[in-house]
Amino acid sequence: MNKIPNRKAICDVLLKEAETDKDIVVLCSDSRGSASLAPFADAYPEQFVEMGIAEQDLVSVSAGLAHCGKKAFAASPACFLSTRSYEQCKIDVAYSNTNVKLIGISGGISYGALGMSHHSAQDIAAMSAIPNMRVYLPSDRFQTAKLVEALLKDEKPAYIRVGRNPVEDIYTEDNCPFEMDKATVLTEGTDAAIIACGEMVRPALEAAKLLEKDGIHATVLDMYCVKPLDKEAIVKAASNAKVVVTAEEHAPFGGLGSMVSQVVGAECPRKVLNIALPDAPVVSGTSQEVFDYYGMNAEGIAKAVKDALK
Amino acid sequence: MDFRELSKLAYDLRKDTVDMIVAGKGGHIGGDMSVMETLVTLYFDQMNISPENMNDPDRDLFVMSKGHSVEAYYAVLAKKGFLDIKEVNEKFSKFGTQYIGHPNNKLPGIEMNSGSLGHGLPVCVGMALAGKMNKKNYRVYTVMGDGELAEGSVWEAAMAGHQYKLDNLCAIVDRNRLQISGNTEDVMGHDDLHERFKSFGWHVIDVADGNSIEQLHAAFEEAKQTKGQPTVLIANTVKGKGSAVMEDKAAWHHHVPTQEEYEQIMKDFEERKEQL
Repeated sequence: MNKIPNRKAICDVLLKEAETDKDIVVLCSDSRGSASLAPFADAYPEQFVEMGIAEQDLVSVSAGLAHCGKKAFAASPACFLSTRSYEQCKIDVAYSNTNVKLIGISGGISYGALGMSHHSAQDIAAMSAIPNMRVYLPSDRFQTAKLVEALLKDEKPAYIRVGRNPVEDIYTEDNCPFEMDKATVLTEGTDAAIIACGEMVRPALEAAKLLEKDGIHATVLDMYCVKPLDKEAIVKAASNAKVVVTAEEHAPFGGLGSMVSQVVGAECPRKVLNIALPDAPVVSGTSQEVFDYYGMNAEGIAKAVKDALK
Repeated sequence: MDFRELSKLAYDLRKDTVDMIVAGKGGHIGGDMSVMETLVTLYFDQMNISPENMNDPDRDLFVMSKGHSVEAYYAVLAKKGFLDIKEVNEKFSKFGTQYIGHPNNKLPGIEMNSGSLGHGLPVCVGMALAGKMNKKNYRVYTVMGDGELAEGSVWEAAMAGHQYKLDNLCAIVDRNRLQISGNTEDVMGHDDLHERFKSFGWHVIDVADGNSIEQLHAAFEEAKQTKGQPTVLIANTVKGKGSAVMEDKAAWHHHVPTQEEYEQIMKDFEERKEQL
């Protein structure tokens, strides 16, 4: 079992790059520990800015820094970053087109028992609705690192959501195919297309293995790039399959499921089932307990595929 | 230009502003009039900024936090050579225009988009912080409305400005005492503004007449000499400044003058200008 959470993978890339790139600035809102960015703050205090518990200020100040040539990484729990600072993300980052990378940490229901205030089940919908904002939910630590390396090379706004806990690897250090804004095809099959993002990619892949035992062949797409959505990959996977199932750690509206349904409905109509969190405060528990309760695991995804195929 | 010439210029730009509002059939005229001398002093007396150096990393930076006063801002930017006033007047507020009712940075000379209140000061904290990090000598300015100070984000930024000792940052409060619903003290009072900013660790300068170029100049010079803390100018201005038709009247927050009012306003501007 992997012990390195995706948030630490982000810090590792920033630590490495900041050694030579003095324009990198990391900002936190009393969240350096939660974001695994304490090592960065210690190593490069002159490239680290503490904003205190003030998420609106965190985002606007990042935009001001970026306007003056800095590569700003604003890290805060996804729940606060995506909704409390929403207008700052919309106006100062996306609309003003500043080079700010918004790092939403402990996304989805990572904070489990802390309750709805700390869950971010709206961030994909909220951030995707902003013009000029890109939205990424990497699936494992290797892909997270590749994504951050790629984002360091451009000057456009982006929102990245990662979870709190380590997730099992999908890829390996030597084998992590990554193309910016292109989904990664993990398996190919002609019965079903399973399209997942973030922490749901691993159970999607396991669901495909379960289905294989029953003679059902599924394509699994790691749709880490929720916006811009890789429509081409969706159409290809859906066209080759009888049904489509999406899986995401998000509210049932406005997230990956809604977006995939739009594409499939317009381009290659098929039955689409969305696996997501409920439209209700989420039951408390560890991530795994919550996922199991709502069928957001390999068995649940496999069952959804079978139901859709009936 | 000396102070008298700049004061006269402010009246000429008031005329451009009112023409723009009449042509575009909309605009925030009251706040345009109150903030005019502040903008004129910044752009023609204080800031190192021009169309020639607009991409220079050493230029001074300005963010119009009270973005609804965009008409006055357009008039000043045009006079400074960033925009063409004829084109602005023709296109302001029209279908498909880039001259919309709030600042947007697709236009030359505009650093950041605004319109939603309480964004300018925190963005300027970031710009001033970058100046410190990059060891630049530029200064950063923003103008906020007094009604705008009810936004909590202003005070988040006030804390950060003090925390990081941003003496390259100067905020101006256009203290015209009126907002859309009426007197600021009735809506959400802050008559102790001086003490509030002071308690946040800022150097506070009360500008008795915020429509006086001379007084504004003196305040900006004092701000430049202030070390180790940011400065805020509380510029006591008159909303609708320039004509008795609209002065100190909340209803003129975004009123478009009738033909009759327009003629009287233009006459009043000319008279005030002559009296300078």
